[in-house]
Amino acid sequence: MAGRRPGPAAILLLLLAAALAPISSAVRPVSDAHRSAAAELFVPSADGSFGDLESTYEAVRTFQILELEKYKSLTGKACEFAAEKLAFPSSSAAKDLFHAVRISGALGCSVDTGVYDGVVARLKAVIKDTNSLLEFYYSVGGLLSIKEQGHKVVLSDAESTFHAIKALSQSDGRWRYDTNSAESSTFAAGIALEALAGIVSLADAEVDPSMIGVVKNDIVKLFDTIKSYDDGTFYFDEKHVDATEYKGPIMTSASVVRGVTSFAAVVPGKLNIPGEKILGLSKFFLGIGLPGSAKDCFNQIESLSFLENNRVLVPLILSLPSKVFSLTSKDQLKVEVTTVFGSSAPPLKVNLVQVLGSDSKVINSENKELQFDLGNNVHHLDIAPLKIDVGKYSLVFEISLQEPEHETVYATGGRNTENVFITGLIKVNKAEIGISDNDAGTVESVQKLDLLKDTKVALSANHLHKLRLSFQLTTPLGQTFKPHQVFLKLKHESKVEHLFVVPGSSRQFKIVLDFLGLVEKFYYLSGRYDLELAVGDAAMENSFLRALGHLELDLPEAPEKAPRPPAQAVDPFSKFGPKAEISHIFRAPEKRPPKELSLAFMGLTLLPFIGFLIGLVRLGVNLKNFPSLPGPAAFASLFHAGIGAVLLLYVLFWLKLDLFTTLKYLGFLSIFLVFVGHRALSYLSSVSTKQKTA
Amino acid sequence: MPRATSDARLLIQSLSKAYAATPTNLKIIDMYVVFTVATALIQVAYMGLVGSFPFNSFLSGVLSCIGTAVLAVCLRIQVNKDNKEFKDLPPERAFADFVLCNLVLHLVIMNFLG
Repeated sequence: MAGRRPGPAAILLLLLAAALAPISSAVRPVSDAHRSAAAELFVPSADGSFGDLESTYEAVRTFQILELEKYKSLTGKACEFAAEKLAFPSSSAAKDLFHAVRISGALGCSVDTGVYDGVVARLKAVIKDTNSLLEFYYSVGGLLSIKEQGHKVVLSDAESTFHAIKALSQSDGRWRYDTNSAESSTFAAGIALEALAGIVSLADAEVDPSMIGVVKNDIVKLFDTIKSYDDGTFYFDEKHVDATEYKGPIMTSASVVRGVTSFAAVVPGKLNIPGEKILGLSKFFLGIGLPGSAKDCFNQIESLSFLENNRVLVPLILSLPSKVFSLTSKDQLKVEVTTVFGSSAPPLKVNLVQVLGSDSKVINSENKELQFDLGNNVHHLDIAPLKIDVGKYSLVFEISLQEPEHETVYATGGRNTENVFITGLIKVNKAEIGISDNDAGTVESVQKLDLLKDTKVALSANHLHKLRLSFQLTTPLGQTFKPHQVFLKLKHESKVEHLFVVPGSSRQFKIVLDFLGLVEKFYYLSGRYDLELAVGDAAMENSFLRALGHLELDLPEAPEKAPRPPAQAVDPFSKFGPKAEISHIFRAPEKRPPKELSLAFMGLTLLPFIGFLIGLVRLGVNLKNFPSLPGPAAFASLFHAGIGAVLLLYVLFWLKLDLFTTLKYLGFLSIFLVFVGHRALSYLSSVSTKQKTA
Repeated sequence: MPRATSDARLLIQSLSKAYAATPTNLKIIDMYVVFTVATALIQVAYMGLVGSFPFNSFLSGVLSCIGTAVLAVCLRIQVNKDNKEFKDLPPERAFADFVLCNLVLHLVIMNFLG
């Protein structure tokens, strides 16, 4: 335990945070936190748009559901953006028209009837030609949105379109994207259900009830494939997560919720879906907390709004405003039962039926009804009569609706389990510290300690003595309390620290330090040691770090081979501080000679060349041997020009070209040079042999 | 001492007399060799004065001079009519070799120049 460590206070803080962390991520209804998160996630770019039409619609719709005034400021830009697409329906994809129409609908943009006539004609043509589920979905969704905006839209061949979409369904309630694809998908099922709901709304005559019955059956089968966590959360996900078009659980669940609630809204009769699954889905969306991306935010908020108003069962969420209760301040247990958006629930009773300890042991199974406070819409109960001690507990609540007819409208999920944390003041008793002889065990000096404040005991001991420290911790209900952390710290003058865990029994905490066995661990360091005691727990409201006083320790001289105490860090927190700035060392530039000197030498190197030219003149060199006939003269000139060209190429190579380009040009030049050179030189050679023979 | 000086003078005189009989084309090559070696020497002197940085430029400059001087000496050996060994080799062929070798040498020099 000895050595360099962050202080016990830091450990205590960390543990406290770790203990409270899981409690803070609980299911709570949509709140202002979601509103500010949405406002942060949907940020329009400089030109006022959100990128594509789909993102713009998602932003508008999310702001609208959350009743953020912000969306009204978007109206002008977004309407313009949508109108651009709607102006040319024949050249736009069904997907773009779908989103543009929905933006116009959500914002109430003024669109001419003539423009919508064109869009309707285009979308109907798409429905006629396509066999892809997505195309169906976009076209039907677009038509439905136009109808909802007050235009008369009738789908005359609704029955056959319904059949075309139904033909893509699979036996397990999933759907395929088109007739050619082999994969079935849960996401596609949600889309298909939404499209079918749209067709039912758009149909001129009633759709065959037997077909609707078949689809209802599909929905029940789809809900058999739902996945769950063990805390009652349900969600949809694809069977094969490696499939193409994989969307993730949030998008998949959102698609199914949208499809099922839309379908339930337009068909007569109820869907046979268990209430716990509806509730589990809403818990899943609320359990996301604050979403990390704009897409997730839209799917979360829109799904919850569909669940809030659905015709199957409206989920009622039981949540606790606070999950930490203090016995000292006699906190009341408060429970809220609301819809997912925090609206008040119909009249109902909440009973606390069971209290489970952290090890799932039943502590209390008395049925207690919570009092309802109409003003604050909160059910409350005093925790003192429950006789529960500090620690972690699971509370089991039961919700019962007061009006029997509400049972078919609301899903309460019956029993709800919530984890809570009870804190309280811990009493510290019978604290004693003393030094005893090693062999006799007789206590020489025992001092009582008051651990409520810092004390200043002065002890002295040598290596034949023992240090004893003991105290008792009791909870408010008189039980022995075992905190997470009980440490005794001995700190030498030279800042060498030693930490000891104080072991606890059922009766008391007691530590005996036998210095004879510890001399080596203490590095034979005699002198003054400061004593500190740290006791900490998340449930303990009075966790403390107390200075107890000091101990004058007289240890034997260190033998030669004794270990040296480790070097102490200046400040244990300094390693989290900023690092020293790195200064980069660059190679210093070589010293260059003065410019004049270099230029002078350049001139000097030209001198031998001038001398060479003078020498040539003095020798009387001439160009008489240069061929006079036009043919050979031309070849000779070309030969010299070729050599000049190669040298020029070398200069270019030095200045800017790379080796490969140079070699490429050199290849062409050398072929030319060999040809020309051969002609020129062979002519010269023939002339000289003629002269010799002549 | 005066004896030695006059001997040396005699020697040089006879040497220059003998050299005057050398054909003009060989003299040109000799001058060319002197010119390149002198250029190399000037560069070496510059290096001694200011240091060898940048070394690759110095090396390529000097080696260009020395290399072409060596090639010129080779050309002289082949062109010399008194040299029986290359009697059958036409001087034009020797010149073509000289040009080709110079071009290859200077490609390498330019690559090395930096």
